[in-house]
Order: sequence, then C-alpha cells, then structure tokens
Amino acid sequence: MAKPVPRPTPTEQPFYDACAAGKLVLQRCHSCGHALFYPRTHCDACHSDQLVWEDASGTGTIATYTVVRRGVSADFEAPYVIALIDLDEGPRMMSQIVGADPDGLAVGLSVKVDFAAWSEDITLPLFRLHPALDGGDA
Amino acid sequence: MSVSGLGGEFALIGMAESAVGIVPDKSPRELCVQVTLDAIEDAGLTLAEVDGLITCNAFAEPIMYHAEAVAEYIGWQPRHCVTVNTGGGTTFMALNMAAAAIHAGMADTIVVAMGDSLRSFMTREQAMVVQSSSGHPHYEQPYGPTVPAYYALIARAHMHQFGTTEPQFAEAAVSCRAWATQHPKAQMRDPISVEDVMNSRAIADPLKVLDCSLVSDGGAAVVITRKDRAKDGPHKAITLLGYGEGHAYEHISQAKDLTTSAAVQSGQAAYAEAGLTPDDINLLQLYDCFTPALLIQIEDLGFCGKGEGGDWLASGISRPGGSKPMNTHGGMLSYCHPGNPGAMFGLTEAITQMRGDAGERQLPNMRTALCHAQGGIMSSHATIILGVEH
Repeated sequence: MAKPVPRPTPTEQPFYDACAAGKLVLQRCHSCGHALFYPRTHCDACHSDQLVWEDASGTGTIATYTVVRRGVSADFEAPYVIALIDLDEGPRMMSQIVGADPDGLAVGLSVKVDFAAWSEDITLPLFRLHPALDGGDA
Repeated sequence: MSVSGLGGEFALIGMAESAVGIVPDKSPRELCVQVTLDAIEDAGLTLAEVDGLITCNAFAEPIMYHAEAVAEYIGWQPRHCVTVNTGGGTTFMALNMAAAAIHAGMADTIVVAMGDSLRSFMTREQAMVVQSSSGHPHYEQPYGPTVPAYYALIARAHMHQFGTTEPQFAEAAVSCRAWATQHPKAQMRDPISVEDVMNSRAIADPLKVLDCSLVSDGGAAVVITRKDRAKDGPHKAITLLGYGEGHAYEHISQAKDLTTSAAVQSGQAAYAEAGLTPDDINLLQLYDCFTPALLIQIEDLGFCGKGEGGDWLASGISRPGGSKPMNTHGGMLSYCHPGNPGAMFGLTEAITQMRGDAGERQLPNMRTALCHAQGGIMSSHATIILGVEH
C-alpha cells in the first residue's frame, strides 16, 4: 500500500497545478460571490456554474484538530496532526499541520499554507502555525 | 401516514442474532443467511410466507448483488430483493424502505438481514483502511485520517465550544460497559471505570482505545409486516411508531456544524410521527461508534440541552438503575460492532426488552424505545421509535 494520491479530474486540475506552483487557489462564484472548496462544477451555495479561480491568502485558523497516535497504515508514521482549517476566504479544508509541537496546538490559532510533494505529479497543501497573526513571534 | 410510511401501521414480528464477537467459523454471507432463516422461524413463519429480503453489503466479503446472493445461497426467490447501503445508518433506513415497499404492494412480509466479519475475515490494517476510505479520496484520505481521527475532530470541537471534558466522553464507555456486564453474549464484559478509559492507549487525541467501538463479527435480522397481519405470531408484535431521517453532508470537512448533527432532524421527524417526546422514551438504543458520537446524539435527540451531554452522562442516568437506560446490550462499545450491521443489535436488544426477554438486565414497564443509527462521520441519520402494548 502507498499513501492515497488524488487523481484530479479536469475540473480539479487547476487546483493541483497551482499547488505544484506553490500557490493555493479557490473557486469563487461569479453569481453570488461565495468562495468554495473542494473544487466543483457548480456553486454549492447558489448552484450557478459561473465559477472563477482566484488566488487565496493561504492563511486561516484551526477549526479543530487531532493528533493521530495510530496511523491509518504503515505509510503514515504517527504521530501526525490532522486538522480542519477555516480559510480566511470562508471555506473549510482538511489538511495536516506540520512542524508544530502537538501540545502547542489549539482551536482558533492561525495557520499558513505550505506545500509538500505527495507523488511525482501531485503536490498537496499543508499548514504550519503562524504565530505572527496571533500577535506572537513569526 | 407521514414521510416515512411507518406511523403505527407496521410491526416487527421476528428477530435473530448470530453468535457475536469473534466468530471465525462463518463467513459474512453465512452469518446473513443464518439470521435470515432464524428470524423467519422466530416469527413463526416459513420461508414460503416471506416474500422480501433487504440486506446491506459486507466490508469483509463484498458482493455486487448482495441480497440476491444471500437468497440464492438459501435457495429462495423472494418477490422483492434489494441491497441498501447508507453505512451505519443502513439498518433503519432499510427498515423504512421495507415498510415503504410493503405499503407500495411490492411485498407483504420482509426480512431485513445483515452480517459482517471485520474481526475474523480482515486484517486489522485492512479493516482500518476500508473504514477510513469513507473519507474524500482527494481532499481527506491523502492526509491519513483514521475513522477515530474523524470523530476526534468532532470531540475536540465539542470540547472547545461547550467545555466538554475527556472524562465526560469516558462516561459513555463506562455506561455501556456497565450494561454489558449483565449480557452473557457481550464481547467485553469486564467492568471499566472512567480512569480505565482515560488511561487506555491513545488513538487520536482526545480519543483513547476505550472511547472506540469494538471490531467484531456478527449478524442480525428482523421480520417486518403490516400490523394487521402481525396478530398470530408467537411473540408480542413491536409496533413502529415513528421514523425520521436527516442528511447533512458526506465528508466531515464539508460539515457546516461540527457539534450539532442531522440527528436533530431525524429525531424531530420520528417524535412527530410517533406523537411522543423524549420524556416518553423508556429505552435509548443509540449509535455508539465513538463516545463523542453518543454524547452528541443524546443532545440532538433532545434528552438534554445542547452542550449538556457530558453532565447527562456523568450523572449516571443511563446506567443500570438510572431513569434513562441506554444501550442495555452494551452497545457497539462493548457488545458487538461488525461494521454496517452494528445498529441492528441496538434494535434486537430493544425488541428483546419489549418482549420481556432480557433476563438479568430486563427493564420494568417497557413501552417505548428509540433506536438511532448514523452513517458516515455523523453524516446521515435515521431514528425509529418502537412501541409495545401490554
């Protein structure tokens, strides 16, 4: 077994192309202004298909998190941190928080996106704590 | 008649369970076959008098046409034969589909049967991977979340929002185990304390291994028919008084609310159809895949206020001797959790209690029970309310 790797659909490809270029992008609905994630063919707020890609800030806050002590398979070395991140633009995404002491994590802390290669073709967004946004040292 | 088509017109007249826990001598399909035949016999019927079969697939032995394969193994050609898959919520959604099928004239009497063998027919890693595959293949699974991790995300959010504590989650496991000590078939029968749960192995913070349900083998089935056909059976007929569903999302990362679930909608619909309130319920048989799921259902089904589930559990109200007995078989935390069939044992226990056949753990004055099941990660919910006349 190996780590699961996305096989992007044509709809999703711009998201992964941006990740490979070190950028986080989101779709925004041209009809209602809603920012959405994951990538879709239709807005999940107003169901319009007038969606445009835009650069995201790459910053957000921790909605919730867990320190996984028993990995899902041998390809994931525990402990690692799974979190739901509320992006500043509104959408929520699952990711890992890397480079942080688990005891230093808390709901509401600020995070900033980083990227890591998951396979030859696929780069995924990860997050790191971003204390500068919480009034601490960067 | 309301949304569900149940509403007092249908009755459960037969039930069966296989051996549960570690059952290596029968395949998942064979467990399903066995409980199908046993439930029909329990109803006092012959195979020729039953004309419908609804099953769910088995993780450990997936079959493309599962219900047909079970009927074929038996040597039976039921008029209505279908496989349903809504995860852990399948149990009661299948029951509602059976009632709807009978109402529509597609069958007169239907067996709803399930069996799976996560314990003996899969390795631990296979069982973990197949269950975590409920995660989004592009936006969740690549990060390595486990099923306990999904529920840990919910637990942490509840702790943050309402001040719920880890020992309060542990109380759910302690309550279920206290009941399991009184059930001779339960997979885990040694009493445990909050301290035992707190000191058990960390799985995905804040959840420990004793916050997590078992990995088991087992099957169960029930027989449903119109209430007016249910009079001549060997057992008291158990009436389906109300049913409700709620569907909020599929993937936890798409949840609009991490701490309030669609059990609110499923519960409200079931209470409305039954004409009952939480105060009227004698027995709670809830879906305890993980302790925080149980705590949130208690709140969302109206047994306490939002955010008060921790205090409710810590009060001991759900334990033996308490006024709101819950999961009197021990639940999936202590009785048996073979995968999708898990909630069937909550239902068979409710029937057992309402028949008065629960032995040492028999509750007095059993008139109503609420059974709840959910699929996904607190994603889709189904609630049934049962009644019996004495």
